[in-house]
Amino acid sequence: MSTVLIIEQILNGLQFGVMLFLMAAGLTLIFGVMGLINLAHGSLYMVGAFAAAAVAASTGSFLLALAASLAAAAIVGAIIELVVIRRLYDRDHLDQVLATFALILIFSETTRWLFGSFPLFLDVPEALSGTVTLPGGIAYSSYRLMIISVGIIVAVGLFLLISKTRIGMRIRAGENDREMIGALGVDISKLYTLIFALGAALAGLSGALVGAIQSVQVGMGEPVLILAFVVIVIGGIGSIKGALVGAILVGLTDTLGRVMLPLFFANFMEQSSATSVGSSLASMSIYILMAAVLIFKPTGLFGRA
Amino acid sequence: MKIKTLLLAAVSAAALASNAIAEGHGKVKVGMITTLSGGGAGLGIDVRDGFMLAIKESGNENVEVVIEDDQRKPDIAVQLADKMIQSEKVDVMTGIIWSNLAMAVVPSAVAQGKFYLSPNAGPSALAGKGCSPNYFNVAWQNDNLHEAAGAYASEAGLKNSFIMAPNYPAGQDALNGYKRFYKGELAGEVFTKLGQTDYAAEIAQIRASGADSVYFFLPGGMGISFMKQYAGSGVDIPLVGPAFSFDQGILQAVGDAALGVKNTSQWSKDLDNETNAAFVKNFQAEYDRLPSLYASQGFDTANLLLSAMEKADVKDADAFRAALKEADFKSTRGDFSFGNNHHPIQDIYVREVIKEGDVYTNKIIGTALEDHADAFASECDM
Repeated sequence: MSTVLIIEQILNGLQFGVMLFLMAAGLTLIFGVMGLINLAHGSLYMVGAFAAAAVAASTGSFLLALAASLAAAAIVGAIIELVVIRRLYDRDHLDQVLATFALILIFSETTRWLFGSFPLFLDVPEALSGTVTLPGGIAYSSYRLMIISVGIIVAVGLFLLISKTRIGMRIRAGENDREMIGALGVDISKLYTLIFALGAALAGLSGALVGAIQSVQVGMGEPVLILAFVVIVIGGIGSIKGALVGAILVGLTDTLGRVMLPLFFANFMEQSSATSVGSSLASMSIYILMAAVLIFKPTGLFGRA
Repeated sequence: MKIKTLLLAAVSAAALASNAIAEGHGKVKVGMITTLSGGGAGLGIDVRDGFMLAIKESGNENVEVVIEDDQRKPDIAVQLADKMIQSEKVDVMTGIIWSNLAMAVVPSAVAQGKFYLSPNAGPSALAGKGCSPNYFNVAWQNDNLHEAAGAYASEAGLKNSFIMAPNYPAGQDALNGYKRFYKGELAGEVFTKLGQTDYAAEIAQIRASGADSVYFFLPGGMGISFMKQYAGSGVDIPLVGPAFSFDQGILQAVGDAALGVKNTSQWSKDLDNETNAAFVKNFQAEYDRLPSLYASQGFDTANLLLSAMEKADVKDADAFRAALKEADFKSTRGDFSFGNNHHPIQDIYVREVIKEGDVYTNKIIGTALEDHADAFASECDM
């Protein structure tokens, strides 16, 4: 395999990782600060994609579509926090899983009712539809490069928000001791709504970005949700840094595993069984990675005991 | 979620006129288990709508259809089948879209003496050694459209195909079917994860493989993702696929990326016969969208059932089975007959994706295989 192909696959792995980070960041924030397992996070991803597709279809502007995805997911996130999620903070995790699973069903059927059962159309904007030639003669999709840069910008933005601002200070305080910051006069319920809406907006943005190169359809969020959970377990629950490192690791492992493992088995097996065995193992690779990380670091790479 | 439709009333005076022919033999209760919610709902909805359109057009009051949603889950399909057989006491079952669900339901339903008419799934296990006198497939055996694509590729002079499918039984059948009729070399063979949505890694492999064509079987959302990413990747090796990634419901979501792609299908909306022209027109009038191949399969399934009802009473299983086997109905596909294993013998066409006004659709450009039966018929001892 040529170096060019390997570099291209590494870029693909990075891009996949960055997209997972946008999902996992919200999930890990919500879990870290509020102790809530939110299965409906994938539905917010779907809400973002559908909002973007609807706005892109009526206005033709991709930027407006992205803005709409952020706004729609944030608003929907704030509403479910106020109506449902708020009642779950003091309950145990099983109740949270049941209630947020119910939300998945409600969101899926409502979306079907509003938009129909057939996938919607959302395309990459004209300006980003081609490829750019990188140093070394690699032709790489400009849209995927854009996703990588958006992910980096969001990661830096989140880092600054949490380490340098007053809200970030409260978020960190909330993670450490929520009774205490309540006692110090911080309106904890408002803070929770804000964090939930922020996590939802990131999921929505990721849904819209990915919707343009994948399909916008009911149920699109659930497969990504599972991967996002793997990411936050690997990174350490509650840690944004962990989510970033975990996401990149998962993205690279999955992409490179898919390419390398069939080639590896082809060395000592017949071609069609090598592709079959290789791709079966490749689909397990991230779970093997997760198990390996947990053996050496039971709380994840950046998790606290 | 439960949808129950009783189709006993509301027949117009015009329909009554044609009804005179269809009376005589007893009532038939049909149990339809299909996917109406979740990811693959578009397919089940099309089958249901095609089926109900045919029943409505016939004006036959002796058909009662009970419809239930399997949510694409085998366990739910099995529960629904038990309920339909034991408490609803249906005579005929139909509707299942997915092969894994069909394998869970069909063998036990036919063992209990029910007729099963498959409007979509055609797993090889039910076509070969596991064939059953009470099981009729009105769509295709799973391998058929892939075999046709292999035949087309050889005829079009393609010599170096890159082939790709998800790693599950129907995906493996697909690549085997293609290879059965394709004579050239393989530039690469890749199995993807079922439900995979990002194909950047595979597209990079295609780019590096030096192939002259790409054959892919990626049903539903997987195909949409792949084609959009392929179009944006700058790779311009021609694509070939089975109709499943190019049906009417999917094309609108893919857009320009699908234009010009060749695909194989046993049905197309521009097939030139009277039944099909009327079907396309009436389906559009009734549901305000163009029919897909799934809708045509549902429509044909209902017409097969109606044709058998005219000839025999469902309580007389032998006579009813013989009447089904005759396939004496006007198919949207033109010629249609059953082979010894009760799977179709039919022509399979090559279509090209085109744009008509604002709508993406398919146009027939040739015939890939004529009077094609499946590869498993000889293993069936009926």
